[in-house]
Amino acid sequence: MSRARADEEEYWHSSKFRAFTFDDEDDELSQLKESKRAVNSLRDIVDDDDDDLERVSWSGEPVGSISWSIKETASSSASSLEGRDSSLQKGSSSYTGFPKQASSYSLSSLFKGEFCLSLPALSDTGVKNYAPELRRPKAEYKDYSSDWSPKDTVRRMQRGKVCSLERFRSLQDKLVLLDEAVAGHDGNIITAVLIFLKRTLRKEILFRELEVRQVALCHLIHFLKETGEQKLLLDLLRLRLSSLSLQLSQYREHLNIQDVEKRREFLKGCIGLPFSAEDTSHIQDHYTLLERQIIIEANDRHLETAGQSEIFRKYPRKASILNMPLVTTLFYSCFYHYTEAEGTFSSPTNLKKTFKIPDKQYVLTALAARAKLRAWNDVDALFTTKNWLGYTKKKAPIGFHRVVEILQRNNAPVQVLQEYVRLVEDVETRLNLATKYKCHDVVIDTYRDLKDRIQLAAYRCKVERGSAEEGKIDSILNNTVRN
Amino acid sequence: AIVWDEYLTGPFGLIAQYSLLKEHEVEKMFTLKPGRLPQADVKNIIFFVRPKLELMDIITDNVLREDRGRSPQRDFHILFVPRRSLLCEQWLKEQGVLGSFIHREQYSLDLIPFDGDLLSMESESAFKECYLESDQTSLYHAAKGLMTLQALYGTIPQIFGKGECARHVANMMIRMKREFPGSQNSIFPVFDTLLLLDRNVDLLTPLATQLTYEGLIDEIYGIQNTYVKLPPEKFAPKKQGEGGKDLPTEPKKLQLNSAEELYAEIRDKNFNAVGSVLSKKAKIISAAFEERHHAKTVGEIKQFVSQLPHMQAARSSLANHTSIAELIKDITTSEDFFDNLTVEQEFMSGIDTDKVNNYIEDCIAQKHPLIKILRLVCLQSVCNSGLKQKVLDHYKKEILQTYGYEHILTLNNLEKAGLLKSQTSGRNNYPTIRKTLRLWMDDVNEQNPNDISYVYSGYAPLSVRLAQLLARPGWRSIEEVLKMLPGPHFEERQQLPTGLQKKRQHGENRVTLVFFLGGVTYAEIAALRFLSQMEDGGTEYVIATTKLINGTSWIKSLMEKLEPAPF
Repeated sequence: MSRARADEEEYWHSSKFRAFTFDDEDDELSQLKESKRAVNSLRDIVDDDDDDLERVSWSGEPVGSISWSIKETASSSASSLEGRDSSLQKGSSSYTGFPKQASSYSLSSLFKGEFCLSLPALSDTGVKNYAPELRRPKAEYKDYSSDWSPKDTVRRMQRGKVCSLERFRSLQDKLVLLDEAVAGHDGNIITAVLIFLKRTLRKEILFRELEVRQVALCHLIHFLKETGEQKLLLDLLRLRLSSLSLQLSQYREHLNIQDVEKRREFLKGCIGLPFSAEDTSHIQDHYTLLERQIIIEANDRHLETAGQSEIFRKYPRKASILNMPLVTTLFYSCFYHYTEAEGTFSSPTNLKKTFKIPDKQYVLTALAARAKLRAWNDVDALFTTKNWLGYTKKKAPIGFHRVVEILQRNNAPVQVLQEYVRLVEDVETRLNLATKYKCHDVVIDTYRDLKDRIQLAAYRCKVERGSAEEGKIDSILNNTVRN
Repeated sequence: AIVWDEYLTGPFGLIAQYSLLKEHEVEKMFTLKPGRLPQADVKNIIFFVRPKLELMDIITDNVLREDRGRSPQRDFHILFVPRRSLLCEQWLKEQGVLGSFIHREQYSLDLIPFDGDLLSMESESAFKECYLESDQTSLYHAAKGLMTLQALYGTIPQIFGKGECARHVANMMIRMKREFPGSQNSIFPVFDTLLLLDRNVDLLTPLATQLTYEGLIDEIYGIQNTYVKLPPEKFAPKKQGEGGKDLPTEPKKLQLNSAEELYAEIRDKNFNAVGSVLSKKAKIISAAFEERHHAKTVGEIKQFVSQLPHMQAARSSLANHTSIAELIKDITTSEDFFDNLTVEQEFMSGIDTDKVNNYIEDCIAQKHPLIKILRLVCLQSVCNSGLKQKVLDHYKKEILQTYGYEHILTLNNLEKAGLLKSQTSGRNNYPTIRKTLRLWMDDVNEQNPNDISYVYSGYAPLSVRLAQLLARPGWRSIEEVLKMLPGPHFEERQQLPTGLQKKRQHGENRVTLVFFLGGVTYAEIAALRFLSQMEDGGTEYVIATTKLINGTSWIKSLMEKLEPAPF
């Protein structure tokens, strides 16, 4: 061991390890040597490139054939920069070359290499001799015996020194210490003090004092969350000390529960927590949804393995429905359980009612699901309404251009698409969609209604020669001539 | 050997590359992961880690597996970045491995230089910690970073600030100065003014889609520590003679900073102005290559050849940026990008902010990424000083039903941060703020901008407007609006010894350091650079921040992590 220590002494003393000794005084000489070495190694690269270049250009080959890697480019441009700017030459060649900006004020000349290296030492202006202190054995620390005031203690801790907090025995002292720590805004120290208080104070007293120290309370909560001390967090929650949303951090815990049954139970417990009114309803919904999903999942897994239901045989499920969002669940139920009566838990209409899903959202989801199954009759039914005279009418709460988009994405045949493109109200949009999806009939009819001969004639070249569409265009064009 | 917390490799790459570490006899480098440490013939193992409990568990695992019968024994050291954490050490102690570490130290890396005029702490969770968890440790680090900066570049005589956190940082700076009387230095001050700005003073700006070249690269691909990873297809090597037809599958990694001449020129331009610059450059470069035909004498040829490396660099840089611009253009010309932008611009100019937006509803119905939805809903909320209760409830319900009830946690976080709220005061202040600070400009010139609003094609970032108005004519002119924005505004002075007081020459620019507490976007940086370059501006800006952000990364940092913890 003593041998190891000697090795280590040598390691840390030797000047080569400067970067890690945090010594304030930079050895100019060694710095220069380093940069020189770096520059030399750079020159090697650059020279190589020059050779390469010369050879090629003298032989008259096109210059474009020389490919330069990014690295080479960067290093050569950096080195050319340094050549011009002497202040940059020192040290920075092996780091990122900092550019000198033409018109705006530039720090580049100031960020010499040593700035980066000496930064750690400089940042603590009061303590300059870090390195020697490292080697001092622990027993030599005088801090344990000294009698620092709370203020001094906090300040010493801020400078990264070890301080014993055990000396602060009375509650008064401890609280002064805490207040000092909070005043210093250094979370590291605040947490350290809190750990100490948590260990040495009774829970009730600690909580009582923290009630009037919200900043410290935040730190404690954060600390408890980090270390996963859920029980103490819950105690805090019960006391309702703060306006902070501890309820939510309790609710958050459900994410760590893998077993669905346990998760459901846990969520049930959350409903009773003092949330705001809307949050309560969301969490209630979350619970109800998971409850549903568990029932559906059990049922469907059974159906799937039994292999009797055609839909599950044709479209095996890719994943379990557990823990999916509501809209995904709705999609699922529109896909597998579309025709079920409203009474069953898995029917889409039941979901819609229970969770008050808006019409728009429902239609979109159902449409996507039925289109995927190519159940065009269901799609048709979605948009068909009967008025009191028994006439049927097509209506969509989402606008028919959206319907078309969704159908198109599901590779609906032109005949189906056409029907809905025709229903798009805005003429411009209708034409665009119809042209895009090659619904020739709709394009032709629209131009006919617009009486736009020129466009119609132009469109003639876009349809297949000799097709029915061409014939239709021709007959319309001839018709209008006769009129 | 060094074992790296993977997150730290990015920032550290900016200050010390592997070659440098190697010169310092770092034999091997590993990333921190559970299990046994890889074999390596080294004596010392140094862990470079952020003070996080989950990382401590991995280290514990490493160390425990290591000890079992191995000779010669290896020594372990641990370096916390940026601070030693007593909590972590306690944790290690409870696991019974604390004694295995011979050295436990900290590497106080506060501010990392990102570019000639940009510093970042790369503290991802600073905003979340300050506003959700009331944990101001990152502010403490910011103050320490500023003290370091002052030790190097002189005491900053004037400090302005707006916001709760700004006030805290200023207080800490003043206290630290008092507590270390030795810190008074005799360096001539480089900065005239420090402006501290809370991110929550301007919640709007990061939510909007940035429209500068660099901003869009960040929005679409995400810039990490000045590096961006791009899809490789557009960068397929066009080498002749190589029959390999297979496309590279690794993403292409590029470093982006002002060292690249072309990038420096276009990074802060509105994307619509980038194309013309690129084509102009292309012409210049081809003309330059054409010159070789006119080179007659050996001397002329030699001169041409000597310029080749520079020209080659310019050409490859042009090729890269043309490819990137193409990639971005594919997205900016898409219908969805356009629709999204239209809605954003409507909100920012105050149109229909008080009712449920159709486009947002459609996006939810089509299950667009949740972050996109949240960005838009928050933007609407901020532009309306809070949503009507009915509207807010509607959005919340749709989001929870479509994306899952557990997102109630995220929504709650957004509400706590003030990004999402119901209009309680009954008064919408945003129109007043917008008009007074001229946040919306109808006649925006993207090609040759005359106002900072070009970075969002119409919207002038509030935060930068505050900086601009501070320089001229001063905040006194906008007292009313400042009162509407959250947090106090203040001014402090730090006395300088008479010898160091600046006697300003006529026409010399003032230098202001703007420190964004809680993050800054590339578009805001572009806007400040634009102000620096204005001929009659009179002020140049250097930017510091806790983290470089965009709307997506910012919202993400506020979202509750929903997958259960790995341990």
